[in-house]
This record gives sequence, C-alpha cells and structure tokens, in this order.
Amino acid sequence: MNRHRISFTTAALGAGLAFLYAPLLVVMVNSFNASRLVTVWTGFSPRWYGELFADRQILDAALNSLIVAVCSASLAVVVGTTAGYVFARFGYFRGRAALSGALAAPLVLPDVIAGLSLLLMFVALEQTFTWLPGRGLLTIVLAHASFTTAYVAIIVQARLAGMDREAEESAADLGAKPFAVFRAITLPMIRPAVAAGWLLAFVLSLDDLVIASFVSGPQSTTLPMVVFSSVRLGVSPKINALATILIVVTLALLSVAAWMGRATLKQK
Amino acid sequence: MSALVRIEAVSKRFGAVTAVDDVSLDVRENEFLALLGASGCGKTTLLRMIAGLETPDSGKILIGDEDMTAAPPYARPVNMMFQSYALFPHMSVEENVAFGLKQDGLRGAELSARVREALAAVEMEGLGPRKPHQLSGGQRQRVALARCLAKRPRVLLLDEPLAALDKHLRERTQLELTALRARLGITFIVVTHDQSEAMAMADRVAVMEAGRILQVAGPREVYERPANQAVARFFGDINLWRMEGGRIPELGVAVPMAPAGSMAAVRPERISIARGNGALSGVVRDVVYLGTATTYFVQVSAGETVRVLAPGGVMFQRGEGVSLSWPPEALAVLPP
Amino acid sequence: MSAKLRRRAVLALPWLWTVLFFFLPLALVVKISLATSQLSVPPYSDFFARTNGAVTGIRANLDNYGLLFSDALYVKAYLSSVKIAAISTVLALLLGYPMAYGIAHAAPTRRPLLLVLVTLPFWTSFLVRIYAWMGILRPGGTINTALQALGLIDEPLRLLNTPGAVYLGIVYAYLPFMVLPLYARLEKQDPALLEAAADLGARPWQAFLRVTLPLSLPGVLAGCLLVFIPAVGEFVIPELMGGPDTLMIGRVLWNEFFTNHDWPLSAAVTVLLLIVLVVPVALFQTVQARAEKRL
Repeated sequence: MNRHRISFTTAALGAGLAFLYAPLLVVMVNSFNASRLVTVWTGFSPRWYGELFADRQILDAALNSLIVAVCSASLAVVVGTTAGYVFARFGYFRGRAALSGALAAPLVLPDVIAGLSLLLMFVALEQTFTWLPGRGLLTIVLAHASFTTAYVAIIVQARLAGMDREAEESAADLGAKPFAVFRAITLPMIRPAVAAGWLLAFVLSLDDLVIASFVSGPQSTTLPMVVFSSVRLGVSPKINALATILIVVTLALLSVAAWMGRATLKQK
Repeated sequence: MSALVRIEAVSKRFGAVTAVDDVSLDVRENEFLALLGASGCGKTTLLRMIAGLETPDSGKILIGDEDMTAAPPYARPVNMMFQSYALFPHMSVEENVAFGLKQDGLRGAELSARVREALAAVEMEGLGPRKPHQLSGGQRQRVALARCLAKRPRVLLLDEPLAALDKHLRERTQLELTALRARLGITFIVVTHDQSEAMAMADRVAVMEAGRILQVAGPREVYERPANQAVARFFGDINLWRMEGGRIPELGVAVPMAPAGSMAAVRPERISIARGNGALSGVVRDVVYLGTATTYFVQVSAGETVRVLAPGGVMFQRGEGVSLSWPPEALAVLPP
Repeated sequence: MSAKLRRRAVLALPWLWTVLFFFLPLALVVKISLATSQLSVPPYSDFFARTNGAVTGIRANLDNYGLLFSDALYVKAYLSSVKIAAISTVLALLLGYPMAYGIAHAAPTRRPLLLVLVTLPFWTSFLVRIYAWMGILRPGGTINTALQALGLIDEPLRLLNTPGAVYLGIVYAYLPFMVLPLYARLEKQDPALLEAAADLGARPWQAFLRVTLPLSLPGVLAGCLLVFIPAVGEFVIPELMGGPDTLMIGRVLWNEFFTNHDWPLSAAVTVLLLIVLVVPVALFQTVQARAEKRL
C-alpha cells in the first residue's frame, strides 16, 4: 500500500515537471525550424538567429534591459541588504511592522498597481521638483529596484537569522567599531545571500514588462516591451530564437551561480 | 582599591524576565572568579554586561575604577571567549588572532610578532594559515583563547570555556587555563554550570540563582560552609534537617543552639559509618556501589533516612545495624 | 556617533525608500483617483481649485468611483478577476500539493535537485513561458498540428484565447509559488509522525488526511495567497492567452491607461483593486509574521 502512494506522488511529480518543461522545449526546438509558418517541421535551420541579430530594435532593447537590470539589481542589493540587516539585527523598533509590510508588499501586489503608482510618483516628482524629466531608463531602474529590494531583503534576513550572532559580538569585543564589524565580519558571511539577491533582482528586472511599460519614457524600450508588442501580433520564429537564447542564458547564469554557491559551501 | 571589576547594584530585564537582579560584586586584580549557576540563572547575562554586549537597566559597572556602564564593547579593556568560540569562518587562524590587534591600529612586524606570541602561548604556532573548519574542537578553543590573549586584556571573560570539549580534553584544558592565568597574571572571570569545574579552577566562586548572587567565597567555603540551602544543594548531595531548640527532632540528636527554623546540613562523605550502636543508630536500607566509594541510605530510629558516602567497596549489607557520627565542624547551620 | 544615532541613520535608508516607493505612490494613486481626466500634461485636473495661483477650494470628486460602480463592465471585471484567480489557485494547489509532497518524501539527496527543477522555470522569462504556451495552443500550434496529423480532428481546436488557456497560463506561471511554501511546510514534518500514525492503526490515506494535511495548512494558505494575490491583477496572461471576452481588471486598467489615457480612472481602478486585495494581503502578512516567530 505504501508503494502505491509513493508511485502516485512520483507520477504527480513527474507530470508536474513535464508540464513545467515541455513548453520551453517546444520553443527551443521550434526556434531551429526552417519554416516561417512555425507549423510543420521543414528542416533544421539557424536562419532565425541570424535575423534576430540583424534586428536593431531588439538589440537596442536588449542593451537597455541589461543596463537597467545591472543598475537596479545593484541598487536593490544596497537597500535590500540594509533592510535585511535591520530586520535581523535591530530587534524591536517603532514602526517595524509597518516598514516590513511596506517593504514586502511588492512581493505579492500585482504589477499593474506598482506600475501605475510609481508612474504617478515620478510624474509628481517631475511636476514638483523637475526631477527625472520625461522619464527614461533611470525611472525604470528605480521602479525595478523598488520591488526587487524586497527579495534581497528577505534572502539577506533569512541568512542573518540563521547566522550565529556571536561572531559579530566577538568582533566588537575585540575592538571593532560597528561599521568595521559589518564590513569585516557580517558582509563576508552574508556574501552568498547578497550574491543570490543580486542575481534574483537582475533576473526579475530583465523579466519585467508591466512596470517598465508604465514608467518608461518614449525613448527607453526594454526587451520585454519589444517582445510583448511582437507577441501580441502572433507567434514569430524570430521570437522563438530570442526565447531560446533567453532560456539558455538564464540556465547558464544559474549554473554559474549554483557552482559558486557550492564552492562557498565547500569552503565553509 | 583592589577591585579591578566592580559591579554595583546591576539589574537587567528581558521583557518580563529579570535576568540579573540587583547584583553587586567585586572582582580583584589577578583573580580567577567563577560565576556558577544552572542555565538561566543570569550568569551569562552578567558576563555579557561586563563585556559591554548588554547594557544594564540600572546599576553601574566599573573596570579599573572607570565607569564603563555605557561604554560599547570595543572600548573596554576586557575580552571574551564565547561558548561557541565565534571564530570568524572566513578568516585563517592568523587573521582571526590579528583581527583585534588590527582594530588597535597595529600593523606590520609588530602585528605579526604579537600574533605569533599569542599562538605560541596556546601552542598553536604551526597552524596559522589554517581555516577554523580545518581545526579540531580543542584547537578551535585554543585559537579563540589566543585571539583574546593577543589583545592583552586586563580581564579575560570566558563563557563556558570547556562545555564544547569532550571529557578527556576538558580536564587537560582546565589545568592549562590555571597555568596560563598564573603565568600571564590576567584576571579571569569564567561562567560555568559545572561545580567541579568552578571548584577546580577558581580562587573564588560566585553562586547564582534566579538573577541573584547567593554566595561569593572560596571553593572550600562554598562547599563546606554554604550560605544557604540553595548553595548547599547546588554542590552535590547533602543531608538537610530542621533544627529546633538545640536538637534535630528527625534524628533525635543534640546540636548547638541556632535561631528558630535554621537547617542543619551535613555532607554525606563527612559522616562516618560503623558497626554496632552509638549516639545515632540505624539500619542500612539501600546500598549503591559507585566504584571508588559506596553510598548507604541509613534509616535512623527516629524514622529519617540519612545519606552516607563511604570510601571503598561495600562494607555493610542491607538490613545491617550501623551507627553514624560526624565531627562537630562537619555540621553547617543554614538560615531558614 | 552614539549607538542610538547610528541606529537611526541605518534605519533612515529603508524608511526613506519605502516612503518614496510605497507610501507616497499609493497616496498619489488615491489623490489622482479623485481628479478629473483632462487634456493637459499630466492629463488630470489639479487637486485644488486655484485663482491666480492661490488655493481657493478643492476640486477633488468621486466621479470616477461613481462610474466604476454604475458601469457593469467594471463590476464584472472585478468579479471575473477574483473568480479566475480563485479557480487558478485551486488548480495550482491540486497540482502543486502532490509535487511538494513528492519532493518532501523523496530521498534527501535528491530533494535539492527536484527543488531546483521546480524553481528553474521561474527564473526564465515570464513572457517567454507564456509565449511558449501560445505556440503550443494556437490553431497552427503543436497540439493542433499533432492531433490533425493523427487524424483525430479535421479543423483546429480553439485552445488559445479561451478561459481555459488563462487558467493554464496562471497555473503554469505561478506553480513554483505554490510548491515552495508547501514544500517548506511538508519538509519540516517529522517522519516519525506518520510512523506513529501507522503504528496506531491509521491507513496511509487516513494518516495523510489527519496528520499531514492539517499540519501543512499554513503552507497551503501561504501558497494559495502567493498565487491568488498577483493573479487577481494579472495583465499579461489574459491579454495574450485569453479571448477578447476574458475580462480581468488588470486588462481594464491597462486599457484605461494606455489606450484611453484616462489616468484618474485608472487610479480609481487601482484603488478598488487594492481594496479587493486588502484582506488576502493582510492574511498573508499574518501568516508570514507567524512563520517568522516560529523560526
């Protein structure tokens, strides 16, 4: 009877994983289909990759996305690490619940809400202080960092919570002032969490369509915005190729991250 | 003034719990003081307040006649060895030891000389480049000790320094710690829950319970002349009887006069057991053989059972009639 | 610098951040939802009535909210969003629970790999994943082609741009959010509990119903909220996979903003969406806070 139950869950697990991966495989296979109609397999061809790399609009958008992702992830890591540290190490302070609620809200709130509210804020800043006129990549960077910060904070806080406080206390006892303790002890010990947070923030930024659509200016188009407007019109072989590249790049990035994480684990 | 660390009426609460309750204590220059008590008695909180890792709610802490109550940990001439050792996992042994010295601005040849000196003091010279995870438990403890010693603190605070070691290593380390203290002339304050550890190492023992200090005295005194019942019970087995007008009614023996409600305390090993009748006679009810000694539970004629610890093997059998006696100084009179 | 001052300085950064990027934007949404749409830059009326620069009155009004409640389209959109999100959440739970259970009961050495396999798609682009399904479901897509080749159908089935496709898309996109909290809960459960239940005479399914399931309920709740809340406001999935009649509030908001350029009305839609979500979000916060305390 035991075996029966286990085989059911194994089957469910297998089906679930197949459900998760089959669509990605289909896209990857189709990206090498020579046919423009993407309907029938007419033969292997890398031609769509060639067309993809000749498309200036997509390339420009990809560059924009990369710039935004790197900048917003770096900003999110600074703020998110601070916030994670505050929640893990400061104990009770006034407004703790409000701060953590406000910080974590973007984790669940629908993108359309974040997108519209951030846009209205940027417009108000422009109206009142003439800051960030016309909006552009910088507003996307800030908007992305505003929601990815929460992810970094959660990862860093979890890491700090699981970490012995005595190492930090010991450093203070040995004469290190608070900032020196943070730099010499805390930061090196949470480095894997900070790196993971950066990577997650980077990927989330690269992926965002809705928020970027709201806060971007007319000159600043990101890759998901281009993909979206193209996909809206239907399936296109060029997008298959782009999707395949995105999948492969993500997997490669994650493998490197996992490998690095393993290396640091071993070091411990 | 000979007190190097002076604790004046210090209290500390965590929420509803009073961890340290109006404690005053003087620690002398070059003394080895043990803070002894069960877990949760407030001994670690007291140690952490001396280190500056907790701030007292009230009271004062003076170190070398200077008020350090509000001073941050990094500004105090004391160093602490943590129970977990708290070695920095991402630094080598040398870097760990050098950490505190670098905070004092030491660099170059002087820094490496001091690191070498500290590692030599704990016989860890060859292991400088290793990382903490490559060390055994005993080696880690030595590195933690060297890291503190390198700073040449006036007071060394040790939180359960032997708790993480196995039994064999514990005894050796105990001897090494006492030797080290004698050689360096540093004041040691050790927190421990193990009374034999405290007795073996300390010049004075401060027994704590529920945030208060019950007694501060030399090991022999706290053992033989406990200030109250709690201290008496803390140091192993003891016979406790109510005293009434110069008598112990439960035994039917005469004792010196004491205030009403006082208790008489006699350690089981101070009681002599012999065949035949005497001033206090009884029957052996239970025998527990311990190897180096034997415990007898003797029921005296008044009905009370007396615990007796006699050296050597089993000399008396269950049901045998025996007489008990003790020298007058073996009886301690405790307040109610 | 004193310890207190230093603490305040560190705290200032996250506070400043949340004020600027959370509290202030939300306050502005409320404020602008009370304005009137007009042709100007920005395209909404001033909060105050001014004469020669001096504030002479308040021009805020509730007209937008009146419209939302009087026009059946908006009410229907809210209801249908909640319905679609709820159905998708239940479907994700039905698929996610056995998966989480399977991982939690797999050999400990295999668990990390299985977890990675479940989370990996989440790291690949959301848009790409939705796009992949479009390729599979559309009239000339993988499924229809296969079925036609097998001679099972003559005409392509309408799979894409249906409510079913929207459910599928939401389940697919948010499945990891369901599996992870469930797994975290199930993995913590002491296997001895099930052994004790068996020892006391419980059949496996009884043990599951009376031990495993009740103990995993906090994980179920967390997973459901993590799927439900973002799904209610989902825009991309109904836009790309739903039909023209798939009414969801995220889509309505998008159209009011990008097509009709009615910022005040969009803001009002957002405020009402937030109100719809207040209860589930508050519930989520309590679940999180409790989990944090238990740590």
